[in-house]
Amino acid sequence: MKRWLLPAAVIAGLIGAWQIAASSGVLADLLNLESFLVPSPAEIAEALWQSRSLLAENTWVTLREMLLGLACAVIAGLAFAVALHLSENLRLAFYPLIVASQTVPIIVIAPILVVWFGYGIGPKLAIVALLCFFPIALNTYDGLRSVDPEATKMMRSLDASRAQILWRVDAPSSLPYFFSGTRIAVAFAAIAAVFGEWAGSDSGLGHLMLQDNAQLETARLFAAVLVLSVMAIGLVGLVALAERRVVTWR
Amino acid sequence: MRQDTNMPTTEASDFAAVATSPAGESGAGAAVSIHGLAHSYSELRTIERLDLDVPAHGVLGLVGPSGCGKSTLLELIAGLQDPSQGEIVVGGGVEASSRLAHCAFMPQRDLLLPWLSAIDNAALALRNRGVRRDEARRQAGRLFERFGLAGFERSTPAELSGGMRQRVAFLRTLIAGKPVLALDEPFASLDAITRAEMQQWLAGALAAEPRTVVLVTHDIEEALYLCDSVAVLSARPARIVEQLSAPAPRAANRDDAVTDPAFVSVRERAMQVLRGNAR
Repeated sequence: MKRWLLPAAVIAGLIGAWQIAASSGVLADLLNLESFLVPSPAEIAEALWQSRSLLAENTWVTLREMLLGLACAVIAGLAFAVALHLSENLRLAFYPLIVASQTVPIIVIAPILVVWFGYGIGPKLAIVALLCFFPIALNTYDGLRSVDPEATKMMRSLDASRAQILWRVDAPSSLPYFFSGTRIAVAFAAIAAVFGEWAGSDSGLGHLMLQDNAQLETARLFAAVLVLSVMAIGLVGLVALAERRVVTWR
Repeated sequence: MRQDTNMPTTEASDFAAVATSPAGESGAGAAVSIHGLAHSYSELRTIERLDLDVPAHGVLGLVGPSGCGKSTLLELIAGLQDPSQGEIVVGGGVEASSRLAHCAFMPQRDLLLPWLSAIDNAALALRNRGVRRDEARRQAGRLFERFGLAGFERSTPAELSGGMRQRVAFLRTLIAGKPVLALDEPFASLDAITRAEMQQWLAGALAAEPRTVVLVTHDIEEALYLCDSVAVLSARPARIVEQLSAPAPRAANRDDAVTDPAFVSVRERAMQVLRGNAR
């Protein structure tokens, strides 16, 4: 009970303070802005309700980019982790490259991808998949690497083939690592999708944010940010739920 | 290596079906013999000039100071490693793959897989050979009843006590159906009372299902109670300092056996040999 009540009280307090500061004009004065540029929570809620169909349409676009991109990242990340785990040559060849490439800000190549692949869903998927690939691949690989070598010996002595060891020991051992990588990836996915849309698009929450920004629709801009955040939090929650259902032995 | 489903079942012995070795050899002919074995990890010599013979259905204990290479010796016998020099014959086979086929290895920690139930852990070797899950459970289930684990089939490893976990781990090794068992300090993690109980349990299990066993332990009493003979190893690089015969291997009553004057005197002798070299 306390676990829910305390953070809820903090959030309610912050929203309340924001409401008072914004509606009284104190916040706008403080920031030296026109008051319509500093919407109160009530105004954001109103924008949310009035533009609900517009927001829903664009949310669906962004959600689809996130989910499809994540799916690509999960498939590629798992395949990569397993390949590196099974082949020492692949591991030697690719592991340093992967770790190094993690430091490359992939988001900045979004405009290049738009130039190459156009305004469709392609570049967004590529950005989401690229950004989500690394936490999934690296975490899963670390999980596979952390398998107890004694357990592998035990399985070999019980006539297990390499594939059986992978399926019966390595895969379950590394599941918690895979899930923590996926949780990070899901949080990345929202950011990646919005950046992909900013680089060039005609729909999606990121596209809507750019429009609202240009048209000084500040309340709706905040509403779009809110929807995006709730969507990302919801997805992280779904992954956590899936983890609890699958990894029952922890 | 994999065998297909439906291993032969005979009604005479519940265990006969399970005990069929993958290579199909009879367990009675199996023995371990080691000639001129030497082993090293790069510069580090772990084993030196070692000769050993274990007759079929004999139980050999290996004791020695910690880090002397007894676990390495066990892995070499089990076919998990290849020796740098010398020859290890297990069940007639010299190659590592052949030793692996004739010897089941039980690691120090129970290493039960936490995502499998007790019975699925015990049946791992059958599943690896392609036996269907329900058939594997049925075969393992019979052993659970015979060896005091009835009712714990569906428990997860976390729900079992330390002694129970070791029993499941031992059944897992037994169900592999191989003529030779390589046990690496199987009871080291247990408290003294549970360990004594488990030693008596293992003695009973080996009486019911005779196998050729190589047992590594740091507990001289355990070795002299469970084994027919005990090889005392030197500090690294390991060689055999002395081989002692146990006065009454696997006696029905452990407490009586270990307090018998003959037992006590062999144990003292073993301690002297160990001290002389462990210094």
